[in-house]
Amino acid sequence: MTAYILRRLVATLPVMAVVAVFVFVLLRLAPGDPVAIIAGEDATVEQLAAVRSKLGLDRPILEQFALWVLGMLQGDFGTSIFSNLPVSRLIQQRLEPTLSLTLATLLVAVCLAVPVGVLAAWKAHRLVDRLVMGFAVLGFASPVFLVGYVLIYVFAVKLGWLPVQGYRPLADGLWPWAEGLILPALALGITYMALIARITRASMLEVLAQDYIRTADSKGLSTNRVLIVHALKNASVPIVTVIGIGVALLISGVVITETVFNIPGLGRLTVDAVLKRDYPIVQGLIIVFAAAKVLVNLVIDISYVFLDPRIRY
Amino acid sequence: MALTSTTANDALVPAGRPLARIAAFVRRNPTIVIGAVLLVGLIAMTLAAPWIAGDPFRQAPVNRLRPPSERFWFGTDQFGRDVFSRTVHGARVSLIVGLTVAGLAGLIGLVIGLVCGYFRRIDGIAMRVMDGIMAIPSILLAIALITLTRPGLGIVIAAIVIPEVPRIVRVVRAVVLSIRAQPYVESAIAGGTRTAKLLARHILPNTLAPLIVQATYVCASAMLIEAGLSFLGAGVPPEIPSWGNIIAQGRTFFQIAPWTIFIPGAFLAITVLAVNMLGDGLRDRLDPRLARRM
Repeated sequence: MTAYILRRLVATLPVMAVVAVFVFVLLRLAPGDPVAIIAGEDATVEQLAAVRSKLGLDRPILEQFALWVLGMLQGDFGTSIFSNLPVSRLIQQRLEPTLSLTLATLLVAVCLAVPVGVLAAWKAHRLVDRLVMGFAVLGFASPVFLVGYVLIYVFAVKLGWLPVQGYRPLADGLWPWAEGLILPALALGITYMALIARITRASMLEVLAQDYIRTADSKGLSTNRVLIVHALKNASVPIVTVIGIGVALLISGVVITETVFNIPGLGRLTVDAVLKRDYPIVQGLIIVFAAAKVLVNLVIDISYVFLDPRIRY
Repeated sequence: MALTSTTANDALVPAGRPLARIAAFVRRNPTIVIGAVLLVGLIAMTLAAPWIAGDPFRQAPVNRLRPPSERFWFGTDQFGRDVFSRTVHGARVSLIVGLTVAGLAGLIGLVIGLVCGYFRRIDGIAMRVMDGIMAIPSILLAIALITLTRPGLGIVIAAIVIPEVPRIVRVVRAVVLSIRAQPYVESAIAGGTRTAKLLARHILPNTLAPLIVQATYVCASAMLIEAGLSFLGAGVPPEIPSWGNIIAQGRTFFQIAPWTIFIPGAFLAITVLAVNMLGDGLRDRLDPRLARRM
């Protein structure tokens, strides 16, 4: 068990190394000289050289890469070109809203989509099932920003139940914090919920056709007990997998959702950095987001062992 | 008695009048037909845009922020521009990006997938690179690529192709690995077939069905990413009326003129829905193995 976790941990290293090399090379091979963009169009040769040495771009390329990676391992993600603040501090400042949004979405999506998927499988090919599958197909096609603005329009502008936009930190109290997260979480979660509901239904259908379900049913267990204890638990491996895969969807969606709902998180930081071409921030954020994704995959891989005792490594 | 060759598909479609055959196809593949009809309609709309939709750039400050009416079907924006005209013209960018990205990513992914699946020595390194690219959220990777260049349609397409390629590679490679182990491939190798011919004749045709299915999903995802990039201000130049740009420009006046966001958004959703339905239908028809897994 420990050996397995260690092996999985080591296996994430090459992936992160590829990400680092890729991000590093890409931002240097990309057409256009970052120095010229940063210094402005009518910069003198001296100004260009000054910017170049400030960014460390005058050193050999391998040295640049080694310094960059070593720095990151020590928590140093470089310095923002415009604000002159360390990128790691900028990321820390924006972490709470993004983490809150992602966790709220995860919670809302799993709590809504899994029961709905179970229901669809239980009532397969009936009206409820058709509605759920119809929703799933629509959910896959709905852009996050459209769903976001429709939710704002209906629940905030017309009905006035929830705040239109913005984010209140958890320090302001539980309800003000949660209130501002409901609509963004629903908007961000729509595709995710569609995905989870679909897989839950498919996985449950497979399990419900097994002999032991018929046995459990015929010995008089309640429907709830059969569905949840006997079926859902055995159907859980693909569901957990897809919950993990979907986190990637959430990370991409965070950038757009934060813009729609004016949430000052990592997504807004990314967009602002992109628009200002502040590329140390962009670089740092890509690494952080990729690491988050790799970490989630690792947790999913490890959770299989607990969900399905037949899986032995 | 003469032997006639009948494939499974021929057997399903009743011989006879062409109309009856079409009707039978529609009944058996409703998702393919609905998706295809919607898409053809959108393409026709895009081609006919100059004649049916008027000038998307004409500003008329007198008619600012008018709600949908008989004169302005979809209302007007804060510059008095006709949202109907802009939405109809906006379809062009989404369709071009969706189709080009699907085509390019399909082609590049096919080549890399064939090479990785067949030449085991390259496989290890190439797949690690693919894993690395897949670990980066696609919209972030696209934004990063666009960061250092001037915005334009070409760079947007390139920036979306790169994160989509690994999705194609994985599918193609998986097929190649399973086909390679088939006895007929081994006997072809033993018979001295050249590698190029072996790949083209025996392996490539088997990858096409899953490739086409995956390419439709890539097309849908590319359209969503393109609109997202434009919405964030990192997509095609803001003066081009793409759906993402129309929505981005509608943000300021959203509370008094929600139609500037809802209408192009709904068009985008319908287009993506059409492509997804086509993909689901093709998957069920061309690739039953994949269908079972979903």
